[in-house]
Amino acid sequence: MLPAPYRIEKLHHETVDTFTIEIARANGNGVFSFLPGQFNMLYVFGVGEVPISISSDPRNARTFQHTTRVVGSVTKSMGSLKRGDVIGVRGPFGTHWPVEEAEGRDVVVVTGGIGLAPLRPALYHLMAQREKFHKIVLLYGARTPEDILYRRELERWRSKFDLEIQVTVDRGTRDWRGNVGVVTTMIGRAPFDPTNTVALACGPEVMMRFAVLEFQRRGVPSERIYLSMERNMKCAIGFCGHCQYGPAFICKDGPVFRFDRIEPIFGKAEI
Amino acid sequence: MVQTLEGIVGQHPFFKGMEDRHIQLIAGCAKNVRFDEGEIIFREGDPADQFYFIREGLWGVEWMIPHRGFTTLQTVGEGEVLGWSWLLAPYRWRFGARTLQPTRALAFDGKCLRGKCEEDHDLGYEMLKRFTNVVTERLEATRLQLLDLYGAPS
Repeated sequence: MLPAPYRIEKLHHETVDTFTIEIARANGNGVFSFLPGQFNMLYVFGVGEVPISISSDPRNARTFQHTTRVVGSVTKSMGSLKRGDVIGVRGPFGTHWPVEEAEGRDVVVVTGGIGLAPLRPALYHLMAQREKFHKIVLLYGARTPEDILYRRELERWRSKFDLEIQVTVDRGTRDWRGNVGVVTTMIGRAPFDPTNTVALACGPEVMMRFAVLEFQRRGVPSERIYLSMERNMKCAIGFCGHCQYGPAFICKDGPVFRFDRIEPIFGKAEI
Repeated sequence: MVQTLEGIVGQHPFFKGMEDRHIQLIAGCAKNVRFDEGEIIFREGDPADQFYFIREGLWGVEWMIPHRGFTTLQTVGEGEVLGWSWLLAPYRWRFGARTLQPTRALAFDGKCLRGKCEEDHDLGYEMLKRFTNVVTERLEATRLQLLDLYGAPS
């Protein structure tokens, strides 16, 4: 699979260490479709290639966005690109959030840090078809108030849509009047019907372990809990084995997994 | 329909499975309270003679840190329990608490309940089991906070 050239249309710094790039086909006439939760391999020429989830609205077929944190040489180079620069794109790859299965049910989204980015397309989808879902609850945890991703968008969603959004931070600041504490503690008191809920979680694996425990404590069955897993992905098509996760490859069998299918290996240190 | 204190206490998940006679004893030490936004509920070092069930609103558990001012370490909201210092000598608050939103709560007289727990060790054991769960949940949450999970990997 050869990377296709995509041109950077916008680069926006979300927080001190995260940014969003908006890209479109370099030849200008391509359309692009993806499902919420899928990822692309982004190639900064001469530096390297990294897997990054797509974070934009799936209804927009002309441009799409990726939000990432600066963690290594590729993302560091990517963060310093300018409008008009070209990168290589392979994808989209992987499984998607079960937005169809969630129809007619409550949907609870639990996420922390940069984990909100892969869930953003699912949230766009849920809001675009709001009438198909019962309650929609977003529980989001960030390190500090300054680290809250898509802050303006969250405020707009909260005021415009019938959507329960609860944000918490690990460390409050003097002017922060909201929740302080880990996001998983909000699951216990969140307004949803556990017998008719689909739960979506994305974030650090330890966070997801506690999220699963809280969902199970509330009575959400394992087959209606979905997690986005992360491992070191290289080829993205299940050949290289870098992202092997027990019998599965994260790149092609994931990243979104139904929890009951990975329950026996989830949280095992050896896997 | 006006709910009795006994009814409110008995329906709270914290007391699920508790015997009626114990619910009656506990409700006998309870009263309804309301606070406006920004009110100080208790200060670090004050006698810890009460604990609270928050029925509505949000409270911040805080510490006064020199040069930083009052710093919220954790928030506690609807359906949650706040305060276990009333159970443990020297019965003084280790933290302060302040309302971040207008709040309705049940306040329990810890001194009264301590006396009842001393007289009826079954009640004391039930209370300790339940508060141990709360302490464990807070400890787990604190450990997660300490991990600084959302920061960039070093």
